[in-house]
Amino acid sequence: MEMISIWIAAILTLGIFSFLYKDNPLYKACEALFVGVSAAYWAIVFYFDNIYKKFYEGAVTAEEPDYFLWIGAILGLLFLTRLVPKIGWVSRWPMALIVGATAGLWMVGYFVSNAMNQIGNTISNIIARDELTGAIAWGETFGTMVILVGVVSGLVYFFFSKEHKGVFGATAKVGTWFLMVTFGASFGYTVMSRMSLLIGRVDFLLGDWLGILR
Amino acid sequence: MLSTIAMILSAIVGLSLIYLLIRTIQGHPVERRIVFVYIGLAVVLPLLMNKTLPLPVTKDVRKLYDRLEQLQPGSKVLCAFDYDPPSAPELQPMAVAFLKYAFKKDFKIIIMGLWPQGPQQAQQAIEEAMLDPIIAGKNLVQGEDWVNLGFQSGNEFVIQSMGTEFKRMFPKDNRRIPYEDIPLLQNVVNFSNVDFVMNFSAGKPGTYEWVQFGVDRFGFELGAGNTAVQAPMMYPYLRAGQLKGLLGGMIGAAEFEKVLNEKGKASTFLLAQTFAHATVIIFIIIGNLAFFASRKKKTAGAR
Repeated sequence: MEMISIWIAAILTLGIFSFLYKDNPLYKACEALFVGVSAAYWAIVFYFDNIYKKFYEGAVTAEEPDYFLWIGAILGLLFLTRLVPKIGWVSRWPMALIVGATAGLWMVGYFVSNAMNQIGNTISNIIARDELTGAIAWGETFGTMVILVGVVSGLVYFFFSKEHKGVFGATAKVGTWFLMVTFGASFGYTVMSRMSLLIGRVDFLLGDWLGILR
Repeated sequence: MLSTIAMILSAIVGLSLIYLLIRTIQGHPVERRIVFVYIGLAVVLPLLMNKTLPLPVTKDVRKLYDRLEQLQPGSKVLCAFDYDPPSAPELQPMAVAFLKYAFKKDFKIIIMGLWPQGPQQAQQAIEEAMLDPIIAGKNLVQGEDWVNLGFQSGNEFVIQSMGTEFKRMFPKDNRRIPYEDIPLLQNVVNFSNVDFVMNFSAGKPGTYEWVQFGVDRFGFELGAGNTAVQAPMMYPYLRAGQLKGLLGGMIGAAEFEKVLNEKGKASTFLLAQTFAHATVIIFIIIGNLAFFASRKKKTAGAR
């Protein structure tokens, strides 16, 4: 049975790879199969984990039912009112709740984690010291300075209420260089990630399927 | 034998790249399928060589290792597996190495996932870790030494709710055993009862959410293993101390294997990744040369 599943996976992998040569029926079949299986998989996951495990077992069959789940279920059902144009506006209520709750939850978290803590770290550790000896760690201090310059110049670049001229313009220019380096690093990491996926597939083909790699 | 053939072929492929470079300068651009063939060869041949590269361990990985070393046997470690099979080549080696280390150090492992396939990946990682003779000899028992709580939908709301009570989000484990009947979880109410949290993440929800809704709200210590795509976004958190260590991509996994003295898949994959990156860099140079050559041609034609 395992051998059959390995063969199916190998044929599908090669089918998807065949697109690199040109579009073909095998690729299209593999793609359609992937879309279909993904849709079915997610449908089952949503049914089993949300409706059955979370709602049915939590609010209907549980010894101590959680009645709050009924509120969620009713609000969820209200989404379906979009199917009836006359009462479609009712679906805005659960949507409003989701938007409000998510925004409220994220607002505080985002501000604390991405603003306050980052600003604090940029300001407080300008001169880095060795944890053991207490001496100035020059390499780390240089890194901190680079971060400081990057943060300030990056912020200046995104300040559009003043024309980018003179010292202000030069600082903004430095900001764009930092942004370029950041995008380049991100692109490099993305290539690295995609190569890892390819390596994973090739490892599967050479190892699990053909048995060349041990 | 296979390894030697692969090395000879790699040398031939390398030399043929110089030929392509010369042809490009002469004004014959490379067809895109040729690029695909070279990338394919750059991945296949090093895998056949079955060699590992000498690798220095970076500070980010060392920090995580040092923190883990401070944990006592019996420490409870929550492991969030927030990834799926497509990200497994990068994250699975990290997970396997981490679990092997954790089981050898007698940590108690609580597994969960914010991605549906995460706990399944965890199960595979556990099965692989159990093949290690030292771990197999410990006769670890599910429910006492480790537990898989499975997947829970709700993304960041799950983390938020776990801050009050784990049981609210995970009333049963993946074997459908009630939370209160699992020996390992007897004194585990919320984050304050775990000693460390480790997150393997391929996107959202993942490390980003664990930092914002976990670390900064409930104050636990978090280490992370991320895909390379995601890793650059995590460095600010690492620097600010919101993360105790970071394993970024396959290189991070390979470094982690090295620091733990485990020979895993990431170490063997690294040579293939290095060859693939070198090929990409060479083709970037060739592409730029082709661009400038065609521009020069156009300018000359316009005159």
